[in-house]
Amino acid sequence: MANDKIMMKGTEAMGEAAIRAGCHLYFGYPITPQSELPEYMSRRLPEIKGTFLQAESEVAAVNMVYGAACTGIRVMTSTSSPGFSLMMEGVSYIAGARLPAVFINVVRGGPGLGDIQPAQSDYFQATKGGGHGDYRLIVLAPSTLQESVDHIGLAFDLADHYRTPALIIADGMLGQMMEPVSLPEYTKKDLKATHEDWALRGRQQREKHMVTSFDIDPVKLEKMNEGYQATYKEIEHNEVRVEEYMMEDAEYAFVAYGTMARILKTTIKMAREEGIKVGLIRPITLWPFPYETIQKASDKCKFLMSVEMSMGQMLEDVRLGVNGKVPTPFYGRTGGVVPTPTEVLNALKKEMGV
Amino acid sequence: MAEKLIMKRPDALTNKEFTYCPGCLHGVAHRLVAEILDELELTQNTIMVAPVGCSVFAYEFFNVDGTVAAHGRATAVATGIKRALPDKTVFTYQGDGDLAAIGTAETVHSANRGERFTTIFINNAIYGMTGGQMAPTTLEGMKTTTSPYGRDVHDVGYPVHVCELLQNLKGVAYLERVALFNPQQIQKAKKAIKKAFIAQQKGLGYSLIEVVSTCPTNWGQTPLESIEWAKDKMLAEYPLGVFVDRVGDDK
Repeated sequence: MANDKIMMKGTEAMGEAAIRAGCHLYFGYPITPQSELPEYMSRRLPEIKGTFLQAESEVAAVNMVYGAACTGIRVMTSTSSPGFSLMMEGVSYIAGARLPAVFINVVRGGPGLGDIQPAQSDYFQATKGGGHGDYRLIVLAPSTLQESVDHIGLAFDLADHYRTPALIIADGMLGQMMEPVSLPEYTKKDLKATHEDWALRGRQQREKHMVTSFDIDPVKLEKMNEGYQATYKEIEHNEVRVEEYMMEDAEYAFVAYGTMARILKTTIKMAREEGIKVGLIRPITLWPFPYETIQKASDKCKFLMSVEMSMGQMLEDVRLGVNGKVPTPFYGRTGGVVPTPTEVLNALKKEMGV
Repeated sequence: MAEKLIMKRPDALTNKEFTYCPGCLHGVAHRLVAEILDELELTQNTIMVAPVGCSVFAYEFFNVDGTVAAHGRATAVATGIKRALPDKTVFTYQGDGDLAAIGTAETVHSANRGERFTTIFINNAIYGMTGGQMAPTTLEGMKTTTSPYGRDVHDVGYPVHVCELLQNLKGVAYLERVALFNPQQIQKAKKAIKKAFIAQQKGLGYSLIEVVSTCPTNWGQTPLESIEWAKDKMLAEYPLGVFVDRVGDDK
């Protein structure tokens, strides 16, 4: 009964969605605020004869993901900020070896040990590299539990289609809250038949397959990089996802993603009751970023205000999109502090000079 | 009388020429592993994991599906492969810096979990690829490019004995230290490698063969000198023998 809504905790709902998307292996290491996800997978994966393995570290976990992804079978891990930092080397290798895999980073306050409260201060890490080399991750940023669940299947499909890792960036709020969700049906795709042309499954009389992120010859390595970039161009062309909320008549625009965007919908209702015509641009893919939507908004809005649970990271992409046309003020809280609708409304009014 | 084939290049090796230095024993170790893969009829169903180090190109020399792990992470990568495809044969091929320095945690925990794959561990007491730096297995007093006054054990610690370290872990099914310094040792090494793969075939747990080897280039010796030096110095520090055998004598 996939269409019936049930109450589930964010991390568990994401785990169940992954299993229904055909995820067969999970490797991870406990870290707050997402440990319920590995716990859930440790219960559920054996039921479908899949593999759950608690690694000795995030470093080991990401390399187990690399190994499993080499076989072309659906695999994922989840972690939170410090853990994702530890995984960065492996993520770079996975991108370089063109392996499909899904990551979830339930972002918490940083830098360093930080805290365990919701934050969005890993935007740079997610979208601008994090690991070494010219690589990109497809980055999905859900703002509700239902969207988190829907993004899991999407992330696996995109990762498989483009042979590139995909990251779902959530935060402790999405991970920890309970909401009614409608879970997807089990995938009907024939996943065993995918990736036959490159995956490591033993030669079986064919030519050997090699999966690496490596070429000692700079000219050949440059060619490999040109291959990655061609895929990234295709993704930029095909996969930008963005929600525009009350933007038709907007004189001012917020730009926000994830939990922050959800809070801003309340701010916008409050503002409109006072006659302030403000809307919201919500990037759903943080990479590829919806520069075009931002650019169009800058033709008609007096300013675009980036609001983040960070000290201003996505702001840089907003400014690239606006390209100096109108002001781009910023409001943010960090360290795990979540802005209230009222404080953002006050920040908006201050920028408007009212 | 018809000709009888008594020796050929193993199917488990490609035709690519080894790129190792003159006198390096990687070639011998590669050949032994390849012969065993053929003898046990595993070549068509094997996936290998090459390390970072001199044998980073091993995946090009073995005619099996393969990948290269990040430095030190070969056993984590192999864990992922084997857990995804438990019916395939999986092996890692790693040097001392890879396995016993940067990859120590992965080595210990893969062994402890009893992962059903095989590790071929080449111990030549030095970092070869990066130009002869001190390894965890470098001998006391041995000069390298980062221990120019000789390894001072009171300052940087003692040579790491991988077999002795792993032998008490219950996940280990077969553990032996071998050498390649004369034909008898090479025959023994081949038998050891065979047992390690049989341990994997039988699902008994983790298997590791430590191969005491040489590095004439970075030791600053001729190939023959390096073998004599290794017989004398390396085997004094790293005694050969079987440390764990849960396979038994049947084939």
